[in-house]
Amino acid sequence: MHIKEEQKERHTLAVIVDNEPGILARIAGLFTARGYNIESLTVSEITEDNRISRITIVTSASAAVMEQIIAQLERLVPVHKVTDLTAFGPHVERELALVKVAGTGDHRIEALRLAEVYRARVVDATTSSFVFEVTGGSEKIDKFVELMRELGLVEVARTGVVAISRGKEAA
Amino acid sequence: MTEKSGADILIEALSDLGVEVIFGYPGGAVLPIYDAIFKQDRIRHVLVRHEQAATHAAEGYARSTGKPGVVLVTSGPGATNAVTGITDALMDSIPMVVITGQVPTALIGTDAFQEADTVGITRHCTKHNYLVKAPETLGSIIHEAFHIATSGRPGPVVVDIPKDVQVATARYEAPGPIQHKTYRPQTQPDAAKIQEAVDMLAAAERPVFYTGGGIINSGPDASEALRELAALTGAPVTSTLMGLGALPASSDQWLGMLGMHGTYEANWAMNKADLIIAFGSRFDDRVTGRLDAFAPNSRKVHIDIDRSSVNKNVRVDLPIIADVGLALREMIACWKARQHPKPDLTEWWNRINGWRQTRCLDFEEKGNVIMPQRAIRALYEATRHRAPIITTEVGQHQMWAAQHFGFESPNKWLTSGGLGTMGYGLPAAIGAQLGNPDALVIDIAGEASIQMNIQELATATQYRLPVKLFILNNEYMGMVRQWQELTYQSRYSESYSDALPDFVKLAEAYGWKGIRIEGRQELDAGINEMLAYDGPVLVDCRVAKLANCFPMIPSGAAHTEMLLQAAEVSGEMDDEAKALV
Repeated sequence: MHIKEEQKERHTLAVIVDNEPGILARIAGLFTARGYNIESLTVSEITEDNRISRITIVTSASAAVMEQIIAQLERLVPVHKVTDLTAFGPHVERELALVKVAGTGDHRIEALRLAEVYRARVVDATTSSFVFEVTGGSEKIDKFVELMRELGLVEVARTGVVAISRGKEAA
Repeated sequence: MTEKSGADILIEALSDLGVEVIFGYPGGAVLPIYDAIFKQDRIRHVLVRHEQAATHAAEGYARSTGKPGVVLVTSGPGATNAVTGITDALMDSIPMVVITGQVPTALIGTDAFQEADTVGITRHCTKHNYLVKAPETLGSIIHEAFHIATSGRPGPVVVDIPKDVQVATARYEAPGPIQHKTYRPQTQPDAAKIQEAVDMLAAAERPVFYTGGGIINSGPDASEALRELAALTGAPVTSTLMGLGALPASSDQWLGMLGMHGTYEANWAMNKADLIIAFGSRFDDRVTGRLDAFAPNSRKVHIDIDRSSVNKNVRVDLPIIADVGLALREMIACWKARQHPKPDLTEWWNRINGWRQTRCLDFEEKGNVIMPQRAIRALYEATRHRAPIITTEVGQHQMWAAQHFGFESPNKWLTSGGLGTMGYGLPAAIGAQLGNPDALVIDIAGEASIQMNIQELATATQYRLPVKLFILNNEYMGMVRQWQELTYQSRYSESYSDALPDFVKLAEAYGWKGIRIEGRQELDAGINEMLAYDGPVLVDCRVAKLANCFPMIPSGAAHTEMLLQAAEVSGEMDDEAKALV
């Protein structure tokens, strides 16, 4: 017997929640308990009094499961609002990565040149290493990290995706 | 205003909320609360013998009275023992508030004695939970906990109170009506959708009402409204396990329960219907069978208060998010306003009556052996005039009770449906008896399940509760054995109930009356003796050992692939079938 896989599509969700203890565990736990997948999850307070947080979740699921994920999230008591930005339409997704590259000679020059192409900033430098700060969509960052792999990549730290709808209205 | 201890605030808040009874068990981390209970007389505390039983007793109380059940247990093992009942209440949408003691705030996270991460453990088996960090917030949290537990789709809420918060003092004032900032369940149906549903119903040739526990949860008027709508439209009605009693079993329009052990007529009607209206039911896998063969030619309307129940298992054509009772009332008003005549469903009823001819609940009887179905029917005949409250454990006896005991009104049938918790019935009966002192309360049990909370015999004795415990004793975990016959060529792996106690002596040891029924000629007399006794009675009713529960839709089969006979149940299943629950 083999277990079948469903056709999945990637969605970015913005979840506005009360900033109470355990809220992240509640949301992450809901995903694991119901077998949903999380590709990326970011969370930060977004109001002056720090009472509200915005959680951005990138997940992939079939359309039917996506509907369930949103309904299940909305059912949690501390959740104010769930927006499926992918279904909503035009939106901006950004990620920030810090990429440490070590090397000398041609590799070092090539890394610096590529960083310029990718508009990555040097935020730390030694005679044998750089730390680049690069922002953009996940694909761009994937690509940059991929290129650095050949040039002495040491380690990468990524924030995960944050996203917001285009235009003047809140989604 | 003077300050009160957290423990006193808790008692006062519970009292303000109308709590009459708490089911609990003391321990180190709740001693301040127990001392506050000792010093008051507004709230009655019922001492169970195991924390799991406290939760089931609270469920039985809640399900039979419509009021929330309240549980009080200590930290650590007290809380972890309560987890099964909390999960049970979540699955069956039972309003329940569980107060757990916690080690003092300064000790949280230090692996202190009897420390467990109660909010962490119960996060996904509660509707919501709280850790109270200051006595100033305790009162409002308790009020909010009751609001969340009882409104919308009901469920369990845990409030974890560290011991120092129980001792520290603060002011308490009962808050007004709660306007929660995020939690606002939608109860009023959309009028346009109600009209659409009503017009679909008026146009349907083969409608079926598929009702569930939501009707019971909505309150007695929802059952009343269901009866009115059924009478107006003439539609046949079936129900899930949790919804029994919403429509009287004596009604001509009643098809019996549907699903895995539902009736032939209910399942065929679902399969051939052109319109299914789901009222407070959730298309559970026990109900649908194989999804791609479930009611294939029907349009579906789903009325539910929980949006996440809609389109979860089965895609529907018209979802209506609302309290099902309010939706039923709106449908009745709309049906009348639009002056729909009663549809002519003669052809549809002729087909249904044809399926009824199968007489799928009939069973063969030989010699003096008591068939379990016969025992339930005899119990029903002897008690129906008293409108008893029936609780069950989990297994074959539960399904036979659902099939053969007729329920005429809501809140009379208490069973563990979603979670399927063995050991539910006896504590649930105790809770129901406390909430309904004058009612006849009977736990229909199996000899295996009953041993999972047998210690609660003492609770009934202590509080002089005249609970009746009717054990269908076939010396097997019968449902496990039945599946082993169906799937594993009758290899009875660990399903025999060996080393059973002498139940009559056990009953007597706990101060109960014990009766043994061993043959058909003893059945009615034994039942009458049980009913005549003014106090708790345990009946050890010896029934046919190898009887199986039919009809049965095997896991992953369609409604039309029902097994009706024992002869059809044998052999070995393929791996796909073995992997299904």
